Amino acid sequence: MSDREILLSVRDLNAWYDESHVLHGVNLNVRRGETVTILGRNGVGKTTTLRSIVGILRKRTGEIEFNGHDLMRLPLHKTAKTGLGFVPEERGIFASLSVEENLMLPPKISDSGMSIEEIYDLFPNLYERKTSSGTKLSGGEQQMLAMARMLRIGVDMLLLDEPTEGLAPVIVQRIGEVLQTLKQRGMTILLIEQNFRFASKIADRFYLMEHGLVSAGFDADELPARMDMLHEVLGV
Amino acid sequence: MIMIFGIPIQAFLGQLLIGLINGSFYAMLSLGLAIIFGMLRVINFAHGAQYMMGAFAGMLLLTWLGVNYWFALIFAPVIVGLTGIVVERFALRRLYNLDHLYGLLFTFGLALVVEGTFRYFYGSSGQPYATPEILSGGVNLGFMYLPIYRGWVVVASLIVCIGTWVLIEKTRLGAYLRAATENPILVQSFGINVPLLLTLTYGLGAGLAALAGIMAAPIYQVSPLMGSNLIIVVFAIVVVGGMGSILGAIITGYALGILEGLTKVFYPEASNIVIFVIMALVLLVRPAGLFGREA
Repeated sequence: MSDREILLSVRDLNAWYDESHVLHGVNLNVRRGETVTILGRNGVGKTTTLRSIVGILRKRTGEIEFNGHDLMRLPLHKTAKTGLGFVPEERGIFASLSVEENLMLPPKISDSGMSIEEIYDLFPNLYERKTSSGTKLSGGEQQMLAMARMLRIGVDMLLLDEPTEGLAPVIVQRIGEVLQTLKQRGMTILLIEQNFRFASKIADRFYLMEHGLVSAGFDADELPARMDMLHEVLGV
Repeated sequence: MIMIFGIPIQAFLGQLLIGLINGSFYAMLSLGLAIIFGMLRVINFAHGAQYMMGAFAGMLLLTWLGVNYWFALIFAPVIVGLTGIVVERFALRRLYNLDHLYGLLFTFGLALVVEGTFRYFYGSSGQPYATPEILSGGVNLGFMYLPIYRGWVVVASLIVCIGTWVLIEKTRLGAYLRAATENPILVQSFGINVPLLLTLTYGLGAGLAALAGIMAAPIYQVSPLMGSNLIIVVFAIVVVGGMGSILGAIITGYALGILEGLTKVFYPEASNIVIFVIMALVLLVRPAGLFGREA
């Protein structure tokens, strides 16, 4: 895996909410085809890291390079065109749009995305409810819709913020299966997850965040040796 | 003589028609206001001035360049829409992150400046704009005389309202607009240029006001104050329909225009206040408006 090209590189990323300095120099890399999980307790800056990478949070300094593009220089609406797809924690399903309208909303950025048939094969619930209002879906279906929306447009990398939060175990399992399928297809994924058991089955590599910066990074096969440290930091 | 509720049918239908015509203008104007508020969260007090500018654009195009009514129906909204785009791009955009009150005050001030400027050059008294020849005259329906131009206004406004509703509710561009109303940042992160959408939306809203203005020119006098006389009623209609609701603006525009017309038949003294009484009642019972979504 380590011989693959670096798709996303973040160097010395600092970010602020108004006067509040939240990120204090985050460094991380994600290689093409990898699934990387950022672990950390609530409030350490995981979501802020994703929002800064995408450009939703504009008050930031440092270097963010994705797929050869300098994301620090791009306006928000041009970031998606580089191949970066963001699925926010709150899922961002639009109440005034039907499921299908939600699915078709983002413009395609490449022809490598899934066809609508493939999406409905992967998420049959969405097909059954395609004319319903987006917010009439269950939490799990909304999460699937938010992910499907990005898969259709042909992104090179998915940024997923807490995809299993608040979902029933059976739905969490289903989302895990979907992520495994995406991994097998070669999708690059950067995942934020509090559900350590879930993340440990999917991720190739982990970053641990504390106090607004990355305090450790390790491969999945190092997990057993790191469990004591993770117990201490995460309480898992 | 046929009577309805003790009123001669000719008087009843005549007022119904006047109500329908007023309702047509109310619907087109409140539609533009609803689109602008729904998308930009700006209470556009300049809407009446933009309606007036549409009428003046039609009149000046005719006077200076000999452009007839039919071409003015295209050019007047485009010209006023472009001025709207300039206003949004260089002024209104700076106010989005502030309280709604700032947008209201800015557009209110803008309306005063525009109306004052037109009054300086053209005076307060209205100027005539001839009805296009093909639409002059009327048709005797047996029970009433229908001026053709007024019939055209009703039909054209219905087409404009339905067309705009289809654009917003049934097209991809409309889906972008509706989604951006809910979560503009996320829509932008999908690769959609939301600032450009906002600019075009304000231009569209201003253009719709101008279209209503040029259509009103042959019926009312073209006067710098024609918009300010109307705008308060139109705001009341938007509040009754539900701020930002496209369907609400259209249906309420026609319904309250007709209701106002019928009030002139049955209790003329109340005709100037009936819309405001309904607005007050709706605000008490359903603050989000008849078609608005509760926050």
